[in-house]
Amino acid sequence: MANIRRSMLFIPGNNSGMLISSDVFDADSIIFDLEDSVALDEKDSARILVKEVLKTIHFKSEIIVRVNPFDTPYYALDVEEIKQSNIDLILLPKATVESVIDLSKRLEGTEIGIMVLIETAMGVEQVYNILDASNRCYGLMLGGEDLCVDLNCKRTKLGQELFYARGRVVNAAHALNKFVIDTPFTDIYDESGLEKDTLFAKSLGFDGKASINPRQIVSINQVFNPTIDEINHAKRIIEAKDRALKEGKGVFSLDGKMVDLPIIKRAEKIIEMASKIGLIKGVLL
Amino acid sequence: MELLKPSKAGTYESNDIYIMLFPGYEENTIELESIVYETFGSQIKKVILDTLKEFGVEHTLVKAIDKGALDVTIRARLITAIKRGVNNG
Repeated sequence: MANIRRSMLFIPGNNSGMLISSDVFDADSIIFDLEDSVALDEKDSARILVKEVLKTIHFKSEIIVRVNPFDTPYYALDVEEIKQSNIDLILLPKATVESVIDLSKRLEGTEIGIMVLIETAMGVEQVYNILDASNRCYGLMLGGEDLCVDLNCKRTKLGQELFYARGRVVNAAHALNKFVIDTPFTDIYDESGLEKDTLFAKSLGFDGKASINPRQIVSINQVFNPTIDEINHAKRIIEAKDRALKEGKGVFSLDGKMVDLPIIKRAEKIIEMASKIGLIKGVLL
Repeated sequence: MELLKPSKAGTYESNDIYIMLFPGYEENTIELESIVYETFGSQIKKVILDTLKEFGVEHTLVKAIDKGALDVTIRARLITAIKRGVNNG
């Protein structure tokens, strides 16, 4: 399973053309959607199309399927059909502790993980317990649009209305060592707005950002890529650590600053990510 | 599977196919319109016939309007139409 999730691209589950070509947009993860982008009278059609596409086409990206919510008649049918497919994760909308436990039981005997969508006020308040409800639950996505409906507030580009929720879900995810993905930026024509919103998400501790349109993927990936300066600094930390080990030093400094374990771990993470996405080659940690 | 009622699935969008099924015919019959009929017409018909056979569907007229669908889409839309046609709800 991929552990780099800078970008996650939603693809409508009943759109044949987009499903088939979804791997060309360079998103780290693709989310085949059976929920909001599919009309109620086409739920069966989308479910069958996604299943057949997954049987036939091998995708290089991580594959996630968003099923319908636990309290709908489509949920059980979605899970039953999709769990037979070669996918990495199921994205569970409007997640609760109860729904995570139920999905986890339904997935027994498979390798499929769970990603929860936190998009209600109660979901935000319960996020730690929801994430911790199953060992199969690997991470979360924040759903800003539905959350704002629940909060009875307007969703804005500045995103101040999501500040509490963003901080809370990031903290819960990192406390449990799980990944955390930010809500999509929905104005697909506002490129600078997307960049600002993504930079802000990164600064809060999000691992990646969801997208509803392929044209946003390049920008999102670029923001979450380590910069050249970050990579060079991380390389120097690793080199200094190796020198210190040879000299039998427990602690060491670089440029006059003490380097401790969290800094080393962060440097290793940057080098690992840069290596995996092809920014540097031949790195062995 | 026996088709109990006419059914349909798919869209007229690019890379898709719109399929209608009508039960009560003497044998399986295909009426196909396709933007790539000359090149892929026989392959599309083969996918349709193979899928009908796999699901044991007989005595059915298949009307299909193809907009450049791949085999996987043709098969998925036909399966959807078959399931809708056998569902008596």
